[in-house]
Parts: sequence; structure tokens; C-alpha cells
Amino acid sequence: MNRRDYLLRKFGLSMVTIFVVVIINFLLFRVLPGDPVRAVVGRNVRISAQTQQALREQFGLDKPVFPDQFFDTLGQWAQGNLGVSWSLRRPVSEVLMSKLWNTVLLIGLGQLLSIIFGVILGLLAGWKRKTAIDVGALTFSLIAWAIPTFWLGIILLAAGSTWFGLPTGGIVSPINVGKPLYTVIPDVARHLILPTFTLTILYLGEYMLIMRSSILEVLSEDYILTAKAKGMSHWQVLWKHALKNAMLPIVTLIALNLGFTVSGAIYIETVFSYDGLGKLFQTALTKQDYPLLQGAFLLLAVSVIIANMAADVLYAVLDPRVKES
Amino acid sequence: MNENWALFKRNLSDFWKTFRKNRLGLLGAFLVVTSILVATFAPWLTPYSPSDIIRDEGGHGLTFASPAVHAPLGTDDAGHDVWTQLVFGARISLMVGFMAGFIAMFVGSLFGILAGYFGGAVDNLLMRITDILLVIPDLPLMLILVATIRQMDLKISPLTVLIAVIGLLYWTSTARLIRSQVLTIKERQFVARARAIGAGHGHIIRKHILPQIMPLIVANTVLILSTAILVESGLAFLGLGDPTQPSWGTMLNFAFDRSAVTNGAWWFYLPPGLAIVWVTLGCVLLGNVLEEMLNPRLTAHHLEGDQNMVPRAPSSSEETRGMIAVPGKGAE
Repeated sequence: MNRRDYLLRKFGLSMVTIFVVVIINFLLFRVLPGDPVRAVVGRNVRISAQTQQALREQFGLDKPVFPDQFFDTLGQWAQGNLGVSWSLRRPVSEVLMSKLWNTVLLIGLGQLLSIIFGVILGLLAGWKRKTAIDVGALTFSLIAWAIPTFWLGIILLAAGSTWFGLPTGGIVSPINVGKPLYTVIPDVARHLILPTFTLTILYLGEYMLIMRSSILEVLSEDYILTAKAKGMSHWQVLWKHALKNAMLPIVTLIALNLGFTVSGAIYIETVFSYDGLGKLFQTALTKQDYPLLQGAFLLLAVSVIIANMAADVLYAVLDPRVKES
Repeated sequence: MNENWALFKRNLSDFWKTFRKNRLGLLGAFLVVTSILVATFAPWLTPYSPSDIIRDEGGHGLTFASPAVHAPLGTDDAGHDVWTQLVFGARISLMVGFMAGFIAMFVGSLFGILAGYFGGAVDNLLMRITDILLVIPDLPLMLILVATIRQMDLKISPLTVLIAVIGLLYWTSTARLIRSQVLTIKERQFVARARAIGAGHGHIIRKHILPQIMPLIVANTVLILSTAILVESGLAFLGLGDPTQPSWGTMLNFAFDRSAVTNGAWWFYLPPGLAIVWVTLGCVLLGNVLEEMLNPRLTAHHLEGDQNMVPRAPSSSEETRGMIAVPGKGAE
């Protein structure tokens, strides 16, 4: 299989996956009990029978579910029209966009820190296998895996706010809203400490484990023995020969982890009342705001699928073994 | 039959001999077994029922009371005994986790066996389904699924919905693992011979493939259980548990929503989390040890020890007698 076929197959699978997500999203919206008009205007709005009928015609709800309504909805979604949020009374896409960057900031910081520390610790653990570093790293990742994300968040929240005087939630303190940037930025940073720390601990373990097993595998290759036999020091072997190859799985893991990252964001933003997509999703869930829920799901799922595809492309570019059959 | 039983008993005792030397495995087994015991004997471990409200002499409910003799883990925001909630919560958490885990294991094994054994178009179809499910972010998917199913007035208990959704989404890793094992087993000679003497697919899968992958399925199930329990706690924390049958996750949901943190009621939000860690850690330790015992991997690499190619001569000359220098095994 050459590189082009490989990429085409990955692309095809991503498209199918997006299609599946769209179908799930469409169907779930339809199986909800009650009048679909309510789904468009919200449950608690009083409207007359004529208005209802007019709305029904306007939104095409008098037409059959398939194919008319299905393709109509599809077209709307493709144009970024995700309906109107029941609880916020604003277009869903507008609400999503206003929260998107907060989440990107949080996730980005958490991922960056956990990749840096995960790679370093995993490298050390694999190299110094069966030593204290290795056992410590393994124990840490094991415990980090077993701890529920939200509970870790709650504990860090309690500890951080009690002992270190860190803010308990939000992104900016209310008094600093609208102040100049040199006041706002340090305040935002203070608010980011606890959620980012929680996220980093959460992701760190997995990066460390993958890096460890990857470096173990690479270090068992014959070319490492050759390099060592040439008289290179361990550091040289690790830096010049092992690291590059061992980093490959990390590249795919970053994207594969994105789904997991999204879960982490939902929990952590809920615990720290961090005003991002995760918190929005949780609020939409408790308020049973279905248009918002569906829109958020569509956005999250499609971004994760595209990120996965990007990782596959990157992998094909980085790993020469994908080139030839 | 008798012969099989003797063989089974011998294998089991061999297994136990290896297993009991593994401290982490024993620790894992201890954590899992104790939690199952607590869940089973919950009513005997506390004088109260989960709905009892602890009152002071004047008959007032004690809310957020710190730990005392009559309530070893204090009380929650409604005056319930936290310890009672905890031991009864074990039942819900473990039940949902175990049932979802078993569903996931069953679906995963089925997909893995069918895909691996039949190959070709079946394999392609089943593995593409697995790939698709693997990429869709699981938590948002579960949240909208559970939320919509709840709205549909299907008269299904909330816990059943949780079990079904977790079980039907977490089988992908199992399916891949089992498939790769089946792929190697079906190429072995005993399968070819069975086929040559006319054995059908059903017979080969039941009598030749299944016994070979059973240990792997068991190890994987234990690992899946930990995932299922963690996921249940997360969904319950986000408010999708059954408030009338609180699990550990539901307890944390109550604790967080009713500001146990700002009230400093650590006895309300620490124990349920510790209980979750107790069980999941137990499952992970046990599962990893089982997997390691059944699925041996690399045991050494080239940069182990110091930078010398040949191990340093031990100080006592007696120890070196009969020793052959093995590169990479220097300092061990």
C-alpha cells in the first residue's frame, strides 16, 4: 500500500465517521418526545395554533423526515446553522464560538505541559528500567489512571483554594473584567493554574507510559546495540538514534487522545466553573437544552475526527515505513 | 470429563503458585475482593439505612456534621450518614460497573472472534465499525445518548440505561485485542487439522479458539471493569446517576452541587473518591498482572546497566565460574 492509498483510506474512514456522527445527531433529535416545533422555539414559549402551523411549514416539519427533513437539516448544519439554544435564546453556533477559545487555551496548555513532562519521564523510566525512577513513574501513572478526573479536580480545588489562596472558579475575577490587559492576564493565569495542573496530571501518565514502552522497544533494536558498540555514550545513543523513532507513537497519541481530552475538559471545566465548551456541555445537559447539546456534540465530535485524520497524515509524513509496501 | 477437571485443577494450582509471588497482583486482588465484600454485606456494616437522617437530642437533622462516634464519616447536607451512603453506594457502583463491563467484554469478544476467525469482508466490516466508534469522543456521545434515552419515557430505570450505554460503547479495545490473538491462533496446526477432519466453524471456535483466548478475555475483563466503574462515576457526577439509588459518583455529584467543598466537609467528598480509586486501582493491578502472566513480552533491552559492553568482573572469582557475559545484562 503506498502513501496515497493509505491517506485516501484514512480520509474515507474519517468522512464515514463524520457521517455516522451526523446521523446519530439527527436521529437523537427526532426521537425526542413531543412536538418538533417545541424543539425549535423552546418548550415554554406560548404560541397560537396558527403560528405553530406557520412555523412547521417554515422549518419544513410538515415534510417527511426522510429524505426532505434529513437533507434540509444537513444543509443547515453545513452552513453552520445549528439552531437556537433554548436556555440562552441565542444561535447555538454563536454560543459555541464564544466558548471555543477558552477551551482551546486550557486543553492546549494541559497537553503541552503533559507532553513535555511525559516524554522526559517516559524516556528516563524506559532507559533506567527497573530502577526507582521507573517504579516511581509507573506507580504515578497507575494512580493517575485510577483517580476519577473530577475528583482529582475537587481535591486540588479544595487544597489550592484553602492553602494557596487560588481562585475557586471562573476565568477572570469579576472585579477585573474590563480592566487593562496587564491586570487581566495575571488574573487569568491565576485562574488557569488549578485546571491546567489537573489536566496535566491526567494526561501525563499516558504519555509517560507510551513513551516508556516505545523507548523500550526502540532500545531493543539491533541498531542501538551497534551504536553502543561504536562507543557512543548512552546520552548520544538516546538523543541521536532512539528519541526520534520513539517519538512517533506520541504523535498519533496526541490526536487519539483528543477524544479523551474532551472528556477531561467536560469534567474539569465543570469542577472549576471554567467558562468553556465543557462547562457549556454540562450546563446544556442539566438544563436539557437539546439544540445546544446537539450543536456542542457535533462540534466536539467533528473536531476530534479531523484531528485524528491530521495525525494520520502527519504520521505518514514522518514515518518512512508508510511510504512503501 | 474427569480428566479435564484434573487438568483444570492442575492449571489453576500452577497459576496460583505464580500469582501469589506477585505482590502487586495480590494487592489488586485484595482491593477488589474487599470492595465486593463490602457491597455484599452493606446492611450488616452499618446500623442505619441510607435514607435515615441522623438527629441531635432535639430531633434536628445534623447537616454537614463532622465525623463522630455515631456517624464515623460525618453526615451529608441532608443529615444522612456518609458511611452508610458509602457502603450502600458500593452496591450501585459495582453493579453498574460489573454489568457494563461484562456486556463490553461479551460484545468485544464476539466482534474480535468473528473478525479474526472469518477474516475478509466480515473482518473489514467489524473492524471499520470499531474504528468509527473509537474515534467518536466517548463522553459527549454517552452524555447525549443517556440524556435523550431518559427523555423518551421508555420506562427503563436510569441505571439500566447507564449500564447499556457504557457496555455498548467500551468494547472496542477488547475487540482489537481478541482479534489479533485469534488471527495467530487460527493459523496454528491444530486448527488446520481440525478443519481437515471436517470440523465446522462453530466447533473450531468453541473447542479450539475459545479455550486459547479465554485467559486473555479474563484479564481484559478485569481491566474493562475498572474503566466501566470510572465512567459510571463520571456520568453520575455529571448528574446522570439515579438519585434514589446513589452510587459513589452520585454522592460526589451531591457533595459538589451542595457545596461540600466550600463548607469544608471533606468527609463528604473524600471517601467516595477514595472508594472509586480503591476499586479501579485494584482492577488495574489485578488485570495488568494477569495480562503479564498470560502475555509475556520483552524482558530486557540493550542500554540496560552501565556503558560497558561486557559486564564488569564480579569481585569474587568464585562467582564468575561458568558465567557467560551477556551483552546488555551487565549490572543485573
